[in-house]
Amino acid sequence: MSDTGIGARMLRKEDHRFITGKGRYTDDINLPGQAVGYFLRSPHAHAEIKKIDIKKAEKAPGVLCVLTGDDAAADNIGGVICGWMIHSKDGSPMKAGPHPVLAQGKVRHVGDQVAVVVAHTMAQAKAAAEMINVSYNVLDANVDPVASQKRGAPQVHDVASRNTVFEWELGDKAATDAAFSSAAHITTLDLVNNRLAPNAMEPRAAIGSYDAGEDHYTLYTTSQNPHVARLVISAFVGLAPEHKLRVIAPDVGGGFGSKIFIYAEEVVCLWASKRAGGVPVKWVADRSEAFLTDANGRDHVTTAELATDSNGKITGLRAKTIANMGAYLSTFASSVPTYLYATLLSGQYNIPNIYAEVDAVYTNTSPVDAYRGAGRPEATYVVERLMETAARELGMDPAEFRARNFVNSFPHQTPVIMCYDAGDYGASQKKAMEMIDYAGFEKRKAASARKGKLRGIGFSNYIEACGIAPSAAVGSLGAGVGLWESAEVRVNPVGTVEILTGSHSHGQGHETTFAQLVSDRLGIPADQVAIVHGDTDKVQFGMGTYGSRSGAVGMTAISKALDKIEAKAKKVAAHVMEASESDVEFKDGTFSVKGTDKAMAFGEVALSAYVAHKFPTSEIEPGLKEGAFHDPTNFTFPAGCHICELEVDADTGVTEIVDWVAVDDFGNVINPMIVEGQVHGGIAQGVGQALTEAVVYDEGGQLLTGSYMDYCMPRADNLPSFKLGFTTTECPSNPLGIKGCGEAGAIAAPAAVMNALTSALGVKDVAMPATPQNVWNAMAHLREAAE
Amino acid sequence: MKKIAVSVTVNGRQREALIAPRMLLSDFVRQELELPGTHVGCEHGVCGSCNVIVDGKAVRSCLMFAVQAEGSQITTVEGFSADGELHPIQTAFWEEHGLQCGFCTPGMLASAKELLDANPDPTDDEIREAISGNLCRCTGYEFIINAIRSAAKTLRDTENKKTLQPA
Repeated sequence: MSDTGIGARMLRKEDHRFITGKGRYTDDINLPGQAVGYFLRSPHAHAEIKKIDIKKAEKAPGVLCVLTGDDAAADNIGGVICGWMIHSKDGSPMKAGPHPVLAQGKVRHVGDQVAVVVAHTMAQAKAAAEMINVSYNVLDANVDPVASQKRGAPQVHDVASRNTVFEWELGDKAATDAAFSSAAHITTLDLVNNRLAPNAMEPRAAIGSYDAGEDHYTLYTTSQNPHVARLVISAFVGLAPEHKLRVIAPDVGGGFGSKIFIYAEEVVCLWASKRAGGVPVKWVADRSEAFLTDANGRDHVTTAELATDSNGKITGLRAKTIANMGAYLSTFASSVPTYLYATLLSGQYNIPNIYAEVDAVYTNTSPVDAYRGAGRPEATYVVERLMETAARELGMDPAEFRARNFVNSFPHQTPVIMCYDAGDYGASQKKAMEMIDYAGFEKRKAASARKGKLRGIGFSNYIEACGIAPSAAVGSLGAGVGLWESAEVRVNPVGTVEILTGSHSHGQGHETTFAQLVSDRLGIPADQVAIVHGDTDKVQFGMGTYGSRSGAVGMTAISKALDKIEAKAKKVAAHVMEASESDVEFKDGTFSVKGTDKAMAFGEVALSAYVAHKFPTSEIEPGLKEGAFHDPTNFTFPAGCHICELEVDADTGVTEIVDWVAVDDFGNVINPMIVEGQVHGGIAQGVGQALTEAVVYDEGGQLLTGSYMDYCMPRADNLPSFKLGFTTTECPSNPLGIKGCGEAGAIAAPAAVMNALTSALGVKDVAMPATPQNVWNAMAHLREAAE
Repeated sequence: MKKIAVSVTVNGRQREALIAPRMLLSDFVRQELELPGTHVGCEHGVCGSCNVIVDGKAVRSCLMFAVQAEGSQITTVEGFSADGELHPIQTAFWEEHGLQCGFCTPGMLASAKELLDANPDPTDDEIREAISGNLCRCTGYEFIINAIRSAAKTLRDTENKKTLQPA
């Protein structure tokens, strides 16, 4: 292994600019003559707009234009869309209400955008926005997802009767019901998967710029997938055709899913730039806007059951979930509680019968879409809480109960679409148990008890489907796009390399890991490789970064393009060295002729390819540049075992995580340092969900958690140190054998914490987030027993 | 609106400007001084992304008016490295993978510097406490803590070398 090849703990190439303040995020970019856009947002959760009077605002100092939904309609600016069609059990298509870029006729959540003011300065824009007079007819709000389907609940969209977007099912109901009828034991849990705000530290931002001379638009935006943004804004919003719209996502300060989606503000900045006479229009969300308008995550209410036979073998799993979509269907919202959720309900286990029903509902809250893990944390939470609870009810050790039910042979077809290709679940559980000293837990629990602390231990044996995803498969399930990835490899005449990729890095370190792949394959140092991403004018169409896909799909595309580079370079080298192509070998950056001392370094071959003096250009074209598109043949299936150990202060309800072991199987690893960082960050977000974070609306639909003072993000002193271990089964569906690591921690962590907490307290469930108040309330039985 | 003259030393350079009295120090640094390395993450004074060092203390630049900094010595992330050499804290963040997206990093560096200036050999708990005013959504903090511990050692070693030099 070289210092910069696959598997090396190489330090990140991109870091220098970030640690010296030279990163360039969207808000750091200022275009000549730039104005600011300020959005007037709805103060009501649900209201009809009777009239908007903008006359005074239009005349306010510094104002270039004021635009409303009526202007958007007049200019034929379409709404933003949901790109994944789900059909209900009865075959009817989902009921997607309109999502105009500025409200038309009605506002549906607090923060819904009503008008935009474009002015020279933010102070002018805000002052003018205060002069806009909106007459509302305030309606009752529908906030509770469970109540939203009841008769008489306020209707968010006319098209969706009983606020129901779809009533979807997966699996064999009759067979599953039969398994439950003959079960020796049934475990039942009612679970709420709390709503979360993704909270990338960089707030969303956009700069729209219209060039009248070229009739061309440029959008700088905080996006995980700039090409998809361009496609949606062109093909669905209808603002401009793709060749007249350039989308640039420069340095992006975290995404976690929330920057996949195409948001109204991006469209409005582009359109407003044209309406303001070509002045670039910049909008930067403040944190309050982020809380009001970024797509949230999770928000499921589920009843789940597990059927077991008399030998402790699982015979069936049933789940009924109500998924809150918020006020509008965001870009991929419908896929999250369906094909990214119910397809993982088999967990790591042999479960012969599974049946899931999911009702997606509208409420007067901000939209809900993919957030780190997207559906898979919800599935893991259901499965792993059921496993731990069932083990307790059956009087079995939770590790033993899991081991008895593990999938042990591959490929394994689950009853819910997925075909697991490789894994060794027993190996990761065994290693995790050794690392945390599972055998010594009772002793530690007794020691905690002597200090007046309740100690608990909990497992979470997660599995996820990553490397999203085979285009034909997702197409058959309702996706409006294919989920391949593209890559282009440009070798320069001097032998340095530029990789243009459709993946996008917003913290994941692609500039390093992708360069390691090239270094490994071409035998050149990683510092001779540049990674280009995030600009639709530079990079051919690509699908972007989410679903832990940039390694398994994005890097495989690069790998395929490198195969072509190597093949062509061999041809060139053969001619230059006057040898038969079949005699040319390529190793460690050198082309050599078998059985001779003839050799050329990679850079020499590159130069020869461009000089083109020594080979017939009628047979071989000059130059050295190749592209590839890779469409995966299967999902990848990272899996592992996380174990959380915690102590609860019985007097205060404060929970402290005292130990954490994570043993993950990500297949082959490109850069262990970066993978460890991804696992740490994921666990932190999962612990946040379990212990501190929740988006809360009051009954009227007002957001109560609109700042970091109300929404509790985990801080350094809330978190433990993490012990990581790895096991490896190579992924068979890509040549690199990699599975993906970006979401694992967030998927695994909540169930591990809550299993540990319920074990400590001796209760069946505690609501997430398990704040000291929730925990203290859950301990009432202990206080009564003590009295 | 009446503008006020403000004069500050930023990263060793005297800077003067005529600004609105309500301009925040964060906006002043980013927009007037064109030093966009300081990032605004919440403008509520909670996340610490905008931390800069004012007269030796790490402060939230979104909670301070620029005019309040009159006469102060300010260090932003752009001023950490000198003569093209990274500051040991910057090097440690790089070597220990103490950043991912990089957005919170400038504020973290400021908090780390304030800590190590006052406490050259902090325990891990003291490091956690010192950066508990800075939110990071990417790292889970573990590698940031390693970075600050490592930087502390480098700084101590450098200091020791200096004191051990013959007169």
